[in-house]
Amino acid sequence: MTYIAKPKLQHPKLAHNSLGFTHRDYEGKVSTLCAGCGHDSISAALIHSFFELNIEPHRVAKLSGIGCSSKTPDYFLGQSHGFNSVHGRMPSVMTGANLANRDLIYLGVSGDGDSASIGLGQFAHLLRRGVNMLYIVENNGVYGLTKGQFSATADKGSKSKKGAGNMDEPIDLVSLAIVMGATFVARSFSGDKKQLVELIKAAIEHKGAALIDCISPCVAFNNHPGSTKSFDYVREHNEAVNAVEFIEGKPEIKADYAPGTGTLVRQHDGTYLKLRKLAAEYEPTDKSAALAYLMASHAKGEVVTGLLYVELESEDLCERIDMTATPLNRLNEAELCPGSAALETINAELR
Amino acid sequence: MQSRLERTNDFVVLFANVNGSGSASANRIFARSLIRMGIPAGSRNIFPSNIQGLPTWYEVRVSAEGHLGRRGGVDLMVAMNPQTWDKDVKSIEPGGYLFYDSSKPLPPSKFRDDINVIGVPLTEICNKQYSDPRQRQLFKNIMYVGALAGLLGIESAVVEKLIGELYKGKDKLIAPNLEAFHIGRDYAEKNLKGALGLKAERTDAVRDRILIEGNDAAALGAVYGGATVAAWYPITPSTSLAEAFQRHCRRYRLDDKGKNRFAIIQAEDELAAIGTVIGAAWNGARAFTATAGPGISLMQEFIGLAYFAEIPAVLFDVQRGGPSTGMPTRTQQSDILACAYASHGDTRHVLLFPEDPRECFEFGALAFDLADRLQTPIFVMLDLDIGMNEWLVKPLAWNDAKKLDRGKVMTAAELEAGKEFGRYLDVDGDGIPYRTYPGTHPTKGAYFTRGTSRDRYARYSEEGPVYVDNMERLLKKFDTAKKLVPAPVRKNAREATKFGAIYFGSTSVAMDEAIGALERTGVHLDTLRLRAYPFTDEVLDFIRDHEKVFLVEQNRDAQLRTLLLDTGRVDPAKIVPILHYDGTPITANFIVSDIGRRMQELGRAAIRVVAS
Repeated sequence: MTYIAKPKLQHPKLAHNSLGFTHRDYEGKVSTLCAGCGHDSISAALIHSFFELNIEPHRVAKLSGIGCSSKTPDYFLGQSHGFNSVHGRMPSVMTGANLANRDLIYLGVSGDGDSASIGLGQFAHLLRRGVNMLYIVENNGVYGLTKGQFSATADKGSKSKKGAGNMDEPIDLVSLAIVMGATFVARSFSGDKKQLVELIKAAIEHKGAALIDCISPCVAFNNHPGSTKSFDYVREHNEAVNAVEFIEGKPEIKADYAPGTGTLVRQHDGTYLKLRKLAAEYEPTDKSAALAYLMASHAKGEVVTGLLYVELESEDLCERIDMTATPLNRLNEAELCPGSAALETINAELR
Repeated sequence: MQSRLERTNDFVVLFANVNGSGSASANRIFARSLIRMGIPAGSRNIFPSNIQGLPTWYEVRVSAEGHLGRRGGVDLMVAMNPQTWDKDVKSIEPGGYLFYDSSKPLPPSKFRDDINVIGVPLTEICNKQYSDPRQRQLFKNIMYVGALAGLLGIESAVVEKLIGELYKGKDKLIAPNLEAFHIGRDYAEKNLKGALGLKAERTDAVRDRILIEGNDAAALGAVYGGATVAAWYPITPSTSLAEAFQRHCRRYRLDDKGKNRFAIIQAEDELAAIGTVIGAAWNGARAFTATAGPGISLMQEFIGLAYFAEIPAVLFDVQRGGPSTGMPTRTQQSDILACAYASHGDTRHVLLFPEDPRECFEFGALAFDLADRLQTPIFVMLDLDIGMNEWLVKPLAWNDAKKLDRGKVMTAAELEAGKEFGRYLDVDGDGIPYRTYPGTHPTKGAYFTRGTSRDRYARYSEEGPVYVDNMERLLKKFDTAKKLVPAPVRKNAREATKFGAIYFGSTSVAMDEAIGALERTGVHLDTLRLRAYPFTDEVLDFIRDHEKVFLVEQNRDAQLRTLLLDTGRVDPAKIVPILHYDGTPITANFIVSDIGRRMQELGRAAIRVVAS
């Protein structure tokens, strides 16, 4: 498929968003991943989300590490700058990019090998710094490009395609993210576009470090019986704790929703999330309760999805370090260079 | 009676102390007082990887002629550390002086016949004067400065002023320090008249020079060079560079609301530090990291990415011995090859070699222009000697007419006007393509950044010829760098000679003195001070012009020689390595004796090796 250029023609009745863009304006190159790959569904959900949020594509910067998932930023938002960086080290590149221009929207795309194995350190530190971004892990529990080795998120006891069992404990990225201080933590499934799109939209609009751990089955190496990251397994064990809906601006309905249909929560920046509880006892603003729930569910073999933790009064790295409002990459000479007079003062102090 | 060194404004004092005993500030007052009297002095701290207890030395070179490198040898030993007594006493020049705490009697075997011994019962005086044990220890330091001031003739008013400046804000410390100083001084004047043949006499040889550490100056260069993002991980001897950047930014980089026009990230490791720099620079900010050799080792993969993806980055490498702890508090020039060829694949990088803190400032600012212009990592190669010692240098200078060179960045207006954009397209024939900052234009100029698997328009490609095309352009770009980096400085000997010497970095100060000393013995050498890699034709011309060229380096493997030979245009037999790598800064005596020995081996007239 990759040698086929995407046709430029588009259906005349394609919907336009408020900026006048169609879905096609949010697309990228033709994917080179395997047919049926969960990652392509995530790319589609990203395209859909940016379209619905009315974001100008060129105002987004896409950063990734190395691996199948990290290739995908080439397949959406073709008018955005992208950076396919180094295996496991995208978080630091993301940190630097974020500091250089706080006005862009940042999307980090990574995989479970990239984030949980080689890049666990940078992943953790990125979240504790509160870098303002959506960081999405396309989690399939396996190395695709090197053909089927376990990654660090593979469940203990799960089987590889060749039948080998994984003996190591899995790293649960959402629990880790909550502990590390991420202020928006969600899990979703590439097979559930509706849930995923809403989570992506809410995460993009969230100020601070937002993580979505998206289970994304690998059709080539990890979609067999015995795998806990297969389409069938995730569908059977998916346990959504809530349904979230991102609402831009001030919502019309101010009254509480009828019991069981949802509540509105206001975030620090004035945006609202409509949360509908599916698991009655789940409270996504309670950190320790969330962690306890996640551990208990994991022990039962369930894959908990939904908005797992949100800190409504979040702040991001640029605020924490008291950075000027002007993006650093736009500061001019006069703002940067103290000049010869200041240097004379310094010289005098050093005599 | 043994001989006595009789010298004015030209001698070496070595303080041997115990780390953490509070000697550092007293020793600094001593060195500064000489400078305030107009006498040039260079001071070097030789310290352990330790906070308290291990031996530490502080060497002060006093030279009215302005030789501020290490000379070699010690004329006056201030032996305050019993642990290193034997070694310290041994290092004194014949006819030199041993200053010690004579409170406790020592057997004659602990001394030497050919040196002059000056005892002051410091502990005894302190114990009488103070009851608090910490005070007894601390005031002993300023007391020996007082005694030395009396012996050398350092003006009291100068020291009093320095004490006032040092304890400004902690004013209650001023009076007791002054008291201790005068107790020491009075003791010397009363009991030790004429005991020391070394004298400090007021002169005007310092002029407008300033005292500054290279790390401080380099950080200031980064501020003047427009750096806004710094990411670093603590590592000796580079830590004070990042800390100085923070200090200068707090002073000069606040907007009118008091918000920071800078971002400093203390990263979780060196990999994250360089990654942050690369991310920031990719996004159009000027960014740097400060590190040492082990940090460079850890950054290798990212440095390769920056080279191939053509992202500007500035790395200050404050070189040291290593790895692990211990030698890392000692100086070396041993990261040259690690930096020049850093990373996987075929890479080579631009290196700058500042000779002193003044050039640390100059190159520190220049590095950001070079990085943007060449869209590649630039390494500023300091070492511990320059970075962490205060050097007496000409004042820092800045030309306000100079503009930051942001290199080839295509703007929204240019894209809108239809200017062709190919991220890796060589439009000007210099190997340097145009780049765009993310978010520049709604429909033009976006590209996907990768390592090497792309064509001139940044489209994915695994084609061999496309790869080769790119690699050849990168070589062309490296060639362009030769025209942009600081040129070497050539000095010809007074007499025509077939011999030359090449040196670089912190070796310069010792080299200047050594060349003069060699000349007095009849050995004439033309010299070339390298200031950058890649080497310009002037370097190759210099080698071609001479029969033999001594290449002075502070590492074991003659790393710079390897780089020279790699040009393919240098005859290896012509380049004679002169190598000093024990962790202490190279001395003029070492250079004189090693070059002298080599000249003898080369069948030249034997020269008299100058001992001091």
